[in-house]
Amino acid sequence: MASFELLVEVRRREGIADPEGATVQRALPALGFDTVGRVRMGRAIRVEVEAPDEAAARAVGVSLANRLLANPVMEDSEILACRALPGAADAAPGAGEPR
Amino acid sequence: MTATVGVVVFPGSNCEHDVVSGIERAGGHARLLWHQDPDLGDVDAVVLPGGFAHGDYLRAGALARFAPVMAAVTDFAAAGGPVVGICNGFQVLTEAGLLPGALQKNRGLRFVCATVPVEVSSTTTVLTELAGQGQVLALPVNHFVGSYTCDRRTLDELRAEERVVVRYVENPNGSLDDIAGICNPGRNVVGLMPHPERASDPLLGSVDGLVLLRSLLHAAAGAGAGAGAGAGPLLSAHDQPPISL
Repeated sequence: MASFELLVEVRRREGIADPEGATVQRALPALGFDTVGRVRMGRAIRVEVEAPDEAAARAVGVSLANRLLANPVMEDSEILACRALPGAADAAPGAGEPR
Repeated sequence: MTATVGVVVFPGSNCEHDVVSGIERAGGHARLLWHQDPDLGDVDAVVLPGGFAHGDYLRAGALARFAPVMAAVTDFAAAGGPVVGICNGFQVLTEAGLLPGALQKNRGLRFVCATVPVEVSSTTTVLTELAGQGQVLALPVNHFVGSYTCDRRTLDELRAEERVVVRYVENPNGSLDDIAGICNPGRNVVGLMPHPERASDPLLGSVDGLVLLRSLLHAAAGAGAGAGAGAGPLLSAHDQPPISL
């Protein structure tokens, strides 16, 4: 087993009102950001998963996103990234690597 | 027979005592149930009260649905028992799949706190059977995440089956089709954003919620008599398994 970190995005489905995104979008021109178009508000969640490989880690991410992180009535979810975390064997204690 | 209503307390619920006293003013008995309880004991109806279960973390109601008591509530509802979710309780019922659709943040990101007119759209539910069709009730609303939404097919079903239970006369939150409350196909599970328990005494400014609480007690007495046989008067004819999310 290895450790993976997933980045899960949860966003409102198309057609579902997004008052937070709309409010941010309206505020931007006042700050001079007049080239910014549509803004959509969602959330991003980092999850650490133990899995034999990346595909299995992603599958766990999809499953928990569908069951809990997103409400499919109004939200979509997507695994934006999946990276292997250094395992116990790779971690060199006191190596002093900059983080 | 005087019905007993179980009022579920999640960490963060804050209307449970209001519901207990509202039920008592309506002539019933009530007792609190803890979210870790594996069963409901001997209650004739269940209310999920308002508040902020589990801090509304992730989404309102998203974590409460995994509480042990919710498995018992789901079984109770499937057997035809009356279940009502008020405000946060409505959010929990949608997250748990006992009611379709979802509640999202209000239009304009506006917290609404007001007593508003609400029209009874269906009187064949456990919460409205003593109310009049079209009766307008003055009920307090107090929420940020109360704008009802669902897909087109669900809305068509709700309308065709007259499962919109109460509608806002003046929509305060952007709710689809002015929906303030809905029921399941069996009409024994009702969720609504307005708070009938806060309109149950003249001191509170309105007693219009009493007819709803009395309806619940009336249905609970019927369901209690039929429990086990699984046949409350209105309840079991259309029983369907909960929609899984």
